[in-house]
Amino acid sequence: MTHVISDTLFMTHRHVRNLLRQPAWILISLVQPVVWLLLYGALFRKIVEIPGFGAASYIDFLTPGIVVMTCLFSAGWSGMDLIEDIDRGVVDRFLVSPASRSSLIAGRLVQGALVGVIQSVIIVVLGLIVGAEYPGGIPGIAALTIAAVLLGTAVGALSNAIGVLSRNVETMVAVSNFVLLPLTFMSSVFMARALMPGWMQSIATYNPVEWAVRAGREALAAGPDWSVVLSRMGWLVLFTLVCGWLATAAFRVYQKSI
Amino acid sequence: MDNAIEARGLVKTYRGGVRALDGVSLAVETGSVFGLLGPNGAGKSTAVKILTTLSRPDTGEAFVAGHDVLRHPAKVRLAIGCVAQKSGLDLQATGRENLLLQGRVYGMRGAALHSRAQELIDRFGLAEAADRTVRTYSGGMQRKLDVAVGLMHRPQVLFLDEPTTGLDPEARVDMWNEIARLAGDEGLTILMTTHYLEEADGLARRLAIVDRGRVVAEGTPDELKGELRGDAIHVELEEHQMDGEVRRALERVPDLYDISVEARALHARADSGARAVPLVLASLEAEGVKVASVTVSRPSLDDVYLRHAGRAFNEADQEVKKP
Repeated sequence: MTHVISDTLFMTHRHVRNLLRQPAWILISLVQPVVWLLLYGALFRKIVEIPGFGAASYIDFLTPGIVVMTCLFSAGWSGMDLIEDIDRGVVDRFLVSPASRSSLIAGRLVQGALVGVIQSVIIVVLGLIVGAEYPGGIPGIAALTIAAVLLGTAVGALSNAIGVLSRNVETMVAVSNFVLLPLTFMSSVFMARALMPGWMQSIATYNPVEWAVRAGREALAAGPDWSVVLSRMGWLVLFTLVCGWLATAAFRVYQKSI
Repeated sequence: MDNAIEARGLVKTYRGGVRALDGVSLAVETGSVFGLLGPNGAGKSTAVKILTTLSRPDTGEAFVAGHDVLRHPAKVRLAIGCVAQKSGLDLQATGRENLLLQGRVYGMRGAALHSRAQELIDRFGLAEAADRTVRTYSGGMQRKLDVAVGLMHRPQVLFLDEPTTGLDPEARVDMWNEIARLAGDEGLTILMTTHYLEEADGLARRLAIVDRGRVVAEGTPDELKGELRGDAIHVELEEHQMDGEVRRALERVPDLYDISVEARALHARADSGARAVPLVLASLEAEGVKVASVTVSRPSLDDVYLRHAGRAFNEADQEVKKP
């Protein structure tokens, strides 16, 4: 077990270092959420005036949504790096070594989680600068970050599973885009749930993106209902475990194909 | 333990019904270099994948460094180093970082880890490049680093899967020297696959020729070539000669056969080239034929491959490349 943890840390170190060596990636992943927050914030500002929206300030409403969306989309690409590692023989090199098998996926997920935390904090601070208020304070921000990172970890695991099964970057990108954008719009990232069509509201009930946004937004509210936050978090944990299991199964399929 | 590697009856069929291995058995003596020789797609890499625990055979068994690859893969992994055909280096990491991570997953830590990495960097002449990302390395440097990474944890058995494929001639010779040097390391057993006949001939103590998933011949390079009868003797003459005269002269030499004469060259085979050459020269001199040069050559592995696989090596290689 200690071996699994230490190997995961070694792999995490490798992935983080490699990210830091790509200045373009750093720039884009920092600028993109800023653009989303400012762009969508301005575009939909008047949306709160629709009767029944249920929030006074759109930037208050949107900030947790952008935190979740950012973690979601970063995670969607997670499998790309794995495909490259498989193609280059890096994965096979570690498979013939005593390196823990789970560390080969887990290291990527931990790196994703670290990046997710940093991005969340940046968006929250930026939200503050453009006038968002977080009555839930530090505990609320922490809960939002955890929810977003859990969602990112689950989707990252799925992305790795798709990567390892398809072993093709184009397929992975297509699947990612095909799934993530609709999931985002069928949640309350941009739009209050009460204003969605009924069928979409029903889908949102089972949408992990909605669980994360709902948990985060509730935790940031004044006098949050923690049962709402914790139940959504519980579902996210379960979802993450299922996705982790799927990724492991997909990896086994790959090992059999060698 | 006499054999560092032993495999018996390995069969491996991939999805889609491709039978990569069709009953391969091998034995590699501890401390020796063993060459697995064959054209593309013969099953060499599949054999290496099974022996290095990457892949499981449908049937058959294999032991590496005394451990069963199917029952105790973890013990096998600790004992082996593997340089696969695909390099497996992290291009965005430096050479040193690649070595350090490799050492860490084998449980190496601290000063021992760092000094081993430095030792390999020096040994493979990578000192200047060690702290540059691997992306900037030439093909030959990457291949050297591959081998260094494979040696990081001081394995007992080293697998080299096509170590020189894709290298330019200079880098290839460099790699050959490196492998020859490794072969001198105490107790290190090396199994290398190659599809260069001359590579196997020069480096391996024993070799097996694989074709279509089967071992078609096995032995020392000399044994395999010895199965072909005799040495080739090739004589360059100073002047154009009439076939008849020269042929008459040579027919007096015992144990010489397959004589052919073309203008200023003659070819013949003899059971022992060394014994036949003085007699050939004496007999030519007696006829007044002036000799410019004589060469004696053992049959090449090309000839051996042709004999066992029933087709020329290049031909077999081309076959695979066709879809």
